[in-house]
Amino acid sequence: MSPLINLSRRAVLKGSGALILGFHLPFLPVPAAMAGSSPMAINAWLKMSSDTVAVIVARSEMGQGVFTTLPMLVAEELDVDWQTVRAEMAPLDPVYANPLLGSMKTGNGTSLASGFLPLRQAGAAARLMLMAAAARIWRVPLTELTATAGVVGHAPSDRQASYGALAGLAGRQPVPPDPPLRDPTTWTLIGRSPPRLDSPAKVIGQATFGVDVRLPNLLHAAIRHCPVLGGTLGKIDDSALKAKAKDKERSPTGYRPGVIAVVPLTNAVAVVAESWWQAQTALADIAVSWNEGANADLTSASLDSALTKALDTTDSHAIAIAVSHGDADHAIAGAARVVEAVYHQPFLAHAPLEPMSATASVTATGCTLWLPTQDQEQYAKLLPPLLGLKPSQITVNTTFLGGSFGRRLESDFGIQAALLSKAVGRPVRLVWSREEDIRHDFYRPASVSRVTVGLDAADRLIGWRHRIVAPSILARVDPGALKNGLDSAMIAGLDDQSYALPALLIDSVRRDTGVPVGFWRSGWHSNNAFSTESMIDEVAAAIGRDPGHLRRTLLTDVPRTLGVLDLVIARAHWDRPLAPVTGGRRGRGLALHQAFGSVVAEVAEVTVFDDGRLRVDRVVAVVDCGLVVHPDVVKSQIEGAILFGLSAALTGKITFDKGQVLQSNFHDAKALTLAEAPTIEVYLVESREAPSGVSDAGTPPIAPALTNAIFDATGQRLRRLPVADHDLRAQ
Amino acid sequence: MVTLTINGRPVTTTVANDTPLLWLLRDQLELTGTKFGCGSGICGACTVLVNDEAIRACSVTVASLADAQIVTIEGLAGEGRVQQPDSLAEQVIAAWIAEQVPQCGYCAPGLIIATVALLRRTPHPSDDDIDAAITNLCRCGTYPRIRKAIHRAASALPQSSHAQSPHGTPPAP
Repeated sequence: MSPLINLSRRAVLKGSGALILGFHLPFLPVPAAMAGSSPMAINAWLKMSSDTVAVIVARSEMGQGVFTTLPMLVAEELDVDWQTVRAEMAPLDPVYANPLLGSMKTGNGTSLASGFLPLRQAGAAARLMLMAAAARIWRVPLTELTATAGVVGHAPSDRQASYGALAGLAGRQPVPPDPPLRDPTTWTLIGRSPPRLDSPAKVIGQATFGVDVRLPNLLHAAIRHCPVLGGTLGKIDDSALKAKAKDKERSPTGYRPGVIAVVPLTNAVAVVAESWWQAQTALADIAVSWNEGANADLTSASLDSALTKALDTTDSHAIAIAVSHGDADHAIAGAARVVEAVYHQPFLAHAPLEPMSATASVTATGCTLWLPTQDQEQYAKLLPPLLGLKPSQITVNTTFLGGSFGRRLESDFGIQAALLSKAVGRPVRLVWSREEDIRHDFYRPASVSRVTVGLDAADRLIGWRHRIVAPSILARVDPGALKNGLDSAMIAGLDDQSYALPALLIDSVRRDTGVPVGFWRSGWHSNNAFSTESMIDEVAAAIGRDPGHLRRTLLTDVPRTLGVLDLVIARAHWDRPLAPVTGGRRGRGLALHQAFGSVVAEVAEVTVFDDGRLRVDRVVAVVDCGLVVHPDVVKSQIEGAILFGLSAALTGKITFDKGQVLQSNFHDAKALTLAEAPTIEVYLVESREAPSGVSDAGTPPIAPALTNAIFDATGQRLRRLPVADHDLRAQ
Repeated sequence: MVTLTINGRPVTTTVANDTPLLWLLRDQLELTGTKFGCGSGICGACTVLVNDEAIRACSVTVASLADAQIVTIEGLAGEGRVQQPDSLAEQVIAAWIAEQVPQCGYCAPGLIIATVALLRRTPHPSDDDIDAAITNLCRCGTYPRIRKAIHRAASALPQSSHAQSPHGTPPAP
């Protein structure tokens, strides 16, 4: 016999096994997708059954841990056993908009920051409503009740009821407008590291990613884009796919067995077939002519030279000033010493391990998508005009994302799947080959930055001038956000840099290149941290100062950043010499950067062998990301952010000839391997400030920490990434 | 028409002979724990056991496997497991969870298979053994934890443990 009273029959549940517990936070309307599922679905962050609590997660899980950290916030206040908590992905609904991004979208390190207060309030309100429900049933005062570990208890009468049993009635209680939150000293989940909720399904291959969606009557599609970026489809000759005489009878479509349709798209051709392999091999047998368009002559050399040339533009309309305080030009003109350098950074692919994919089912009355996306809401805007539907007829189901790093903010693959389903009148699962994924990305923009620093006779920094030339992302995705020509995203990390500089001039020059560009883990912070943190190191070398200690003198007014720097200096044993190695030179490099509200400092240790081989031995990272909700997830994100950035810094580049991407798969668009990965130590600063972004914030410092370490080892200053393009042999 | 043994069961298929094993598993048999990552035998997301060896399923044709014993992640773990409990696989999976290895998790099934193959051959691998054997890619950068998880799984094996066939009987307790 269960000691708990099961109220589910005599109360309000009407035989429903799982209940949705809603609460009426005034700023949250009813989620349409859940309105029909229960009379209590006022709004839902919680569904309860007798033995589980499902927390609705409104952010896409791409590895960063939101399926664990966001439920923790609800569960902490609700007071339930973590073993009973499940995470469930939210449908597309305005209720689930990210308050920091304005729509249902995941990115910019905002998930935890935006959820920290409302999700705890949601848990606290739900707990009070469960208690109110018990008080009504037992006719006892609320003050005599306890609610802990998933059970409401009334000690005087020795009665207990599970949350699940009370959920139905609880959903109809008035919502407490301002529920008190727990004293942080009594937290039992926040600040600890409970097991990730998504791991068990992932390790046994049972988690559903975009490529895994199954539906009745499902067809499979493969795609081939115009090889020249920006080009369009010309003519298709699919005669090689026509069924041979002996197959005609079993081929109602006229194509060879398995092939259902050849579908033209604006910039691509797709084949829909009974299996993906049939579709992919059929693509190879189609002859296509392309309209190559304006990029037909584009090469990496021409791009690099256009960006570099723009550094010297004198056209005041082309220059957008982001920050100007003091008179940097004057300070530099009168400086005792000037240090100047130009930094070149390449286009980079995202290359998440799961290639682009989406599944769509389009009918006359609606379109349902199942896909790994960081931006659900865009489809309700983009698809209706293409499909002749209303926004309310678009349903978006989010699968797990097999990595993303910003790539799945884009809409392309989802729209293609919908168009293919509409064309064949059946559900279609589109999966890109890896080659299409590498060649048709929205790349991290290449950039050329010039940094000029003036020092006085006492070697104090008196002026800093910083110009970045690059193609704009905002000009494509949100042109209205350009202000006086300034792409405010492009100068991220430059306008709020922490160093004490009496005169500072930061400006930017936008140069469209024809290459599609998009946000890549940490966005422009990756470009701007490299130029800034390389230059600080160059200044230190020029004046013969230790680069760690020079940074200290520039951060005395910024205690938070200084604290991170001091801790990394201590943990990395910065002041102790590295053990020498025969046949190689060792070096250590430091970089720090503030992004997404967090401060991260990293020290890289390298060995450069005399034959030119480079080994990254160890990285020590210190992170101040405010209050740490889940220390182990933070550490894992920093480890991952470091290795993602390291992979790019070592070998990452996308190059072009005749308008086409020269790389195609992991053999020439290399990704870091296990054998190449350094050991990583991550230290977290204790903080009571609100949580800030982590997954992105760990990436920017690693490239400059690496090249600063190579400089320390060899005296070679690498101002052009990737590192693999340089000869590091001992001279 | 080819007959293969997959997770201990005979499977007769009519897919074209040159179809890679990966697409037979994923599209015909709906064994989607085996992932598609590169199609070129590089990333290892599609790693399966073929006669106890870790093999990239995107790079072997169905026709070449007529006499082979094929085991996918579904054959090693979970509700769909169709053979006797494989204690080594259980240790590896437990180690993956204990070290909180997965981030996006897309590489996990292939890595677990590759680790099972490694530990069958080398029950107590050194770091160099791991570097040489585990060539699967993880774009989330979980490598430090993968290494720890492999050592954790190895330490849970008996010191004298010998390679155990997935198709034979488990060792007596």
